Amino acid sequence: MSRFSTGVLTAAVAAMVAVAPALADKKTNSIRFAYDQVVENVDPYMNNVRIGVIIGQQVWDTLIYRDPKTSEYKGQLATAWKWLDDKTLELDLRKGVKFHNGAEFTADDVVYTLNFVVSPDSKVVTRQNVAWIDRAEKIDAYKVRIICKEPFPAAIEYLAGPVVIHPHEYYAKVGPQGMNEKPVGSGPYRISEHSVGKFVRMERNPDYFKDSPKPQPKIEKVEIRFIPDRQTQVAEMMAGGADMIMNVALDQATQMKAVPTLQVVSGETMRIAFLHLDTREATTAPPLRDLKVRQAIMHAIDRESMVKQIVGQGARVLNTLCFPPQFGCSDEGAPRYSYDPAKAKALLAEAGFKDGFDIDLYAYRERNQTEAMIGYLRAVGIRANLRFMQYAAMREANRAGKAAMLHQTWGSFSVNDVSASTPVYYKFGPDDVSRDPEVRDFLQRGDSQVDPAVRKEAYRKALALIAERAYSLPLYSLTTYYVANKDLAFIAYPDEIPRFWEMSYK
Amino acid sequence: MLIYALKRLGLAVLVAVVVSALAFLLLRASGDVAIALAGEGARNEDIENIRRIYGLDRPLVVQYLDWAAKMARGDFGTSLFFKTDVHALVLEKLPTTALLALFSLIFALAVSLPLGILAALYPNSWIDRLCLALAVIGQALPSFFFALILMIVFAVMLRWLPVSGSDSWAHFVLPTVVLGYYIAPAIMRLVRAGMIEVLASDYVRTARAKGLSSRSVVLKHALRNALVPVVALSAVQLGFLLGGSVVIETVFALDGLGYLAYQSITHKDLPVTQAIVTLLSLIYVGLTLAADLANAWLDPRIRVGGGS
Repeated sequence: MSRFSTGVLTAAVAAMVAVAPALADKKTNSIRFAYDQVVENVDPYMNNVRIGVIIGQQVWDTLIYRDPKTSEYKGQLATAWKWLDDKTLELDLRKGVKFHNGAEFTADDVVYTLNFVVSPDSKVVTRQNVAWIDRAEKIDAYKVRIICKEPFPAAIEYLAGPVVIHPHEYYAKVGPQGMNEKPVGSGPYRISEHSVGKFVRMERNPDYFKDSPKPQPKIEKVEIRFIPDRQTQVAEMMAGGADMIMNVALDQATQMKAVPTLQVVSGETMRIAFLHLDTREATTAPPLRDLKVRQAIMHAIDRESMVKQIVGQGARVLNTLCFPPQFGCSDEGAPRYSYDPAKAKALLAEAGFKDGFDIDLYAYRERNQTEAMIGYLRAVGIRANLRFMQYAAMREANRAGKAAMLHQTWGSFSVNDVSASTPVYYKFGPDDVSRDPEVRDFLQRGDSQVDPAVRKEAYRKALALIAERAYSLPLYSLTTYYVANKDLAFIAYPDEIPRFWEMSYK
Repeated sequence: MLIYALKRLGLAVLVAVVVSALAFLLLRASGDVAIALAGEGARNEDIENIRRIYGLDRPLVVQYLDWAAKMARGDFGTSLFFKTDVHALVLEKLPTTALLALFSLIFALAVSLPLGILAALYPNSWIDRLCLALAVIGQALPSFFFALILMIVFAVMLRWLPVSGSDSWAHFVLPTVVLGYYIAPAIMRLVRAGMIEVLASDYVRTARAKGLSSRSVVLKHALRNALVPVVALSAVQLGFLLGGSVVIETVFALDGLGYLAYQSITHKDLPVTQAIVTLLSLIYVGLTLAADLANAWLDPRIRVGGGS
């Protein structure tokens, strides 16, 4: 249905556009952004959806800011920071910053926010983002210390991402629920109206502090509307009822290039795709215990072609299980598994599976990619059957040892550090279905040492080992397509956060 | 009549209880809520924590009885996703859906009554064939697809109406047409069948013989009797409209109960899904009961046979 109707839609609009004026919201200097997911609570600690991250970055500030172009850390609410020991980070705070309700930003806000979110009763949804914090202490009005539970060098990256700062008096008074109804942050946009499940309206913060590494916002108003149906989003774009949508499917995006009032922008994302294999003793697919079989799978799939034909512009083939720009991500010393079906067949024969074998391949998104892989696997004799299901169900089946081969993806929560990706699958956590102590020890070293060089080396060794032992097949990074009003100037960043404060109309 | 009414009422209550229990069981059988709530990257202890906080670790029967007891007192619980009162959430969205259902019913009647009458007056004529064609298309066309076609024509190409949203009356036009068209065929066929039967009856012949105008015969004498089953059917169709609004509201991002149902299903927000399913089935049971009673009131034969 979707391909056909988008085709009809595109053809119809391409014909009509000549007469219809561009109904851009250029003249009111505002952006109407449509998104399919609803955010349950805009307080960034109380939701785990992408749109929540997007809103969080517009409305709140973090202590540290990572420049998305250079990956350089800059001071945002903090002006300077240093490690006092491997668990204690001391930060100097910026003076003269005001929250949207007029409250002055001080050390109390940092201490209250962090101590609140780490307390077990806070019911924080994104606990993994703050689980490393033991407590925060006030040194003086503009100096704080954050004490980690154990050495955690990635702290800087987390403080530059999901860990936002709330105004302490207001947050203590209204709590997360009140914060959702009337949100107050210090960011470039303030929320003027939040109709839960329907829209979030934001206005430019005219008092946004001038020294912020986020540039002063130019767009006056931003409306985020929740439209669950992708076709409806596309129709809104074509009717001039929306100025920007994202996560548009490749084929739809290609068709929408024909509409002269719109621009289609593609960008690589931090989300990586991989084939995750259960190699434990009790695996439901015993052939996967054999290294040769796993190597055969690696050689069977033509990732280059998949990237070109179905993944989309901007994607790249991966050799190790992490997103290349992440700190510590490296494919140095890792073997390259070229597309070589003959070699795959030979390896299978060597392993004693001359006639191949049957296996279930579990998947939850990008079904066309899974189907392509099934085609490649069948070509070398691995008779893969598609088991398509919801993410939660698939993960549970894998954890319980019932699903041995997964087409998995991981977005690292936009954290630009390997500690947010590889260890999730190889550090003996619930998603580790290989359980290799050697790999675990290298990852543990990378996660806990403060010296960047030591960390890099430890991660490199762990990643090389995973690739060598073929525990999982790193496939490629995924891309996302944005469709926007052709006059809107914006950059598609890998962390999939549209930065409204940077945008403007040409 | 009183005994008949009481029997029907008892049956309706029984149906409502069974439906609520079935919905409760099926929703819980559809997957582990705690895992879905915990989201991507959750650890086992997070999941366990959620299970404990929301009481999902108790036996199903206990969970059901607890829920049913609370619901009987008007307490629908707290939304797992929105973390707000389900009662307030449902009440906030209900007017939009009720309005949409009412508009759609009016639209359906406005289309199907005249067409049904015309089809009955001129059976096997081109107008009858046209009605049949409309009915077949209405039944066969998936509503989301029809919605999209209307969107392309009226919102994208002509730009007469907005694509989606629920801010003004204009936002209701397309959803009303789609939803109304969905139930119109059934009413139209019933009007046609009823009218053909009535027009052939003795009293209509008598009325014509008296020299009454054709208009008076058709509208006053025939239609009134042919409409009896239509009233009952419309009540039942209103229930369908409430249910059908899940798809339509989602496609048009219309902020009503159907959209809320869709959201709650995608987020495994059981208390909300449960409340909506229960509410809609109660309304449906209520409407069916009303239709039964109305029919029995109008037609004594049903009352007599109804006891068996």
